[in-house]
Amino acid sequence: MIKIEQIKKEFEGKEVLTGVSETIQKGEIFAIIGPSGQGKTTLLRILNLLETPSSGQILVDGERIRDATNSSHFRRRMGMVFQSPVAFRDSVYNNIALGLRYRGFSKEEIHEKVTQKLKEIGLSGYEKRKATTLSGGEKQRVSLARVMITGPDILILDEPTANLDPVSTEVIETLIQHYNKKLGTTVILSTHDLMQGQRLASRVAVMMDGRFIQSGSVFDVFTRPCSAEVAKFIGVGNILKGSVARNEWGMAVIRVHGVDIHAIGELPVGSVVNIAIRPEEIMLHTGADLNTSARNIINGTIESVRPFGIISLINVVSGELALSVQVTWQSIRELDLKSGVPVTLSFKAPAVHIMPDECPHENI
Amino acid sequence: MNDLLTGIETAFHLILAVDPQVFDIAIRTLQITFSSVLISTIIAIPLGSAITFREFPGKKTLISLIQTLYALPTVIVGLLCYMLLSRSGPLGDLKWLFTPNGMIFGQTILIIPIMAGLTIAALQAIDPIITDTIKSLGATRLQFLKSHLKEARFAIMAAIIVGFSRAISEVGTAIMIGGNIKGHTRVLTTAISLQTSMGNFNLSLALGIILLAIALIINLGMGFVQNR
Repeated sequence: MIKIEQIKKEFEGKEVLTGVSETIQKGEIFAIIGPSGQGKTTLLRILNLLETPSSGQILVDGERIRDATNSSHFRRRMGMVFQSPVAFRDSVYNNIALGLRYRGFSKEEIHEKVTQKLKEIGLSGYEKRKATTLSGGEKQRVSLARVMITGPDILILDEPTANLDPVSTEVIETLIQHYNKKLGTTVILSTHDLMQGQRLASRVAVMMDGRFIQSGSVFDVFTRPCSAEVAKFIGVGNILKGSVARNEWGMAVIRVHGVDIHAIGELPVGSVVNIAIRPEEIMLHTGADLNTSARNIINGTIESVRPFGIISLINVVSGELALSVQVTWQSIRELDLKSGVPVTLSFKAPAVHIMPDECPHENI
Repeated sequence: MNDLLTGIETAFHLILAVDPQVFDIAIRTLQITFSSVLISTIIAIPLGSAITFREFPGKKTLISLIQTLYALPTVIVGLLCYMLLSRSGPLGDLKWLFTPNGMIFGQTILIIPIMAGLTIAALQAIDPIITDTIKSLGATRLQFLKSHLKEARFAIMAAIIVGFSRAISEVGTAIMIGGNIKGHTRVLTTAISLQTSMGNFNLSLALGIILLAIALIINLGMGFVQNR
């Protein structure tokens, strides 16, 4: 178990980490997401003992990792893969063998392990190739193998696929999952690829302003963002501000630009709140045939259609209220959806997530 | 033009005939140069590494000073070494003045700044992510240093080549410390200097060509090792 306690880090008077606390369980994949420049890399470097925190401490299985007597022991229990693939000016074989040589393994053991790792990463036969001549994806596989061959308990990955093509990304993700499942390696990765966070992680933390402002299961974080800022970062398309008009049947009715929106929960009448509605939670109907049990039904007109691959985002306006709806490319063709077409939107009350302006400190 | 052609002809004649005097001078030149390069390598590479990887006050100033010493005039080194090695100097007891050992001492002082400075430049040019990876893999201090030197091996080899070139071609220190004593401290550069002053331009030119040929062969050899 890794316990991060109030880690702070200053660089030349600027506080990059403002107090990070979290507990990461053994064997889990923990993803740190957040915009660039929020301190994700700095935290990972502190975890890997490459940086010293200004204050706070990190405990692994109850022991402080920075204690002079055991820091080298902890460093050898961890491995880090960086954003840029690292290739030493040497053969692929020697690149992968490096950590084993540091640990004094015999030539025969090194040969056996390197051969096995090359097979795992799909680079058998590349032993004698100069590592610097490999492609970015191949180099990153070598970087991962170089770390995993040493058998670390904790694998730290700093945006490991940020510079890679989709195929190489998939290979790296498969390897990460393989090592996590097969070897029980605890994985801590940072990424700004939200989909990657959702694909790989069992738990996610959102880092903003140098601290974790929300952490929890992938489902919790991506469906119940703790603030409008988090909602915006994780890609919730509809973030609106409104005031509570009344409470009825255990539901708050929030008036947004003159439209009443029902949400689960009771709130003080008159209070101003932020609400988030994911575009994929909203149903779009054309014509009079409206068959839905949804609490929220809004009539409007299509303002624009923005294609995103096979999915398109349709912007619907109703008075001053604007909502984005996700529709497949096929539906757009079949229903002839285009600017100016009148439509009806429906969504259920649980799809409306109420958030404060700032995340409450309980989330930290 | 005629002198030049005659000089080249004389050079080939001396080389092909294996002139014992020229052979003796060439061998001594190589012995002294290789010795000074070897000693400088042993001192300059660890020194450059220590300066690169240790943080201390005045580090930048020290690096600037080392870089300034690249242009150290050989006669200044000769004068300094003369004062150190002369009978009344602090190292007078070594009795190295006008000996090959004294010449090695002088050349070593001359090329240490060059080799140390270029070692620092070579190590500083390594991508910081390589350093992070080495640390992250759990290298000990010695493994850390070895991995960095291996990564910078081509640039460090270049530093040794530059040191060798500077040592084999310098004349100021060799003449002041060695004294150009025939059969004892005479090397190719001092012999060229002497023959030129005596008006034996052909022989000077021939010795110059031999010097260049030796430097070329050594550089090609080191280049071959580098490219392997």
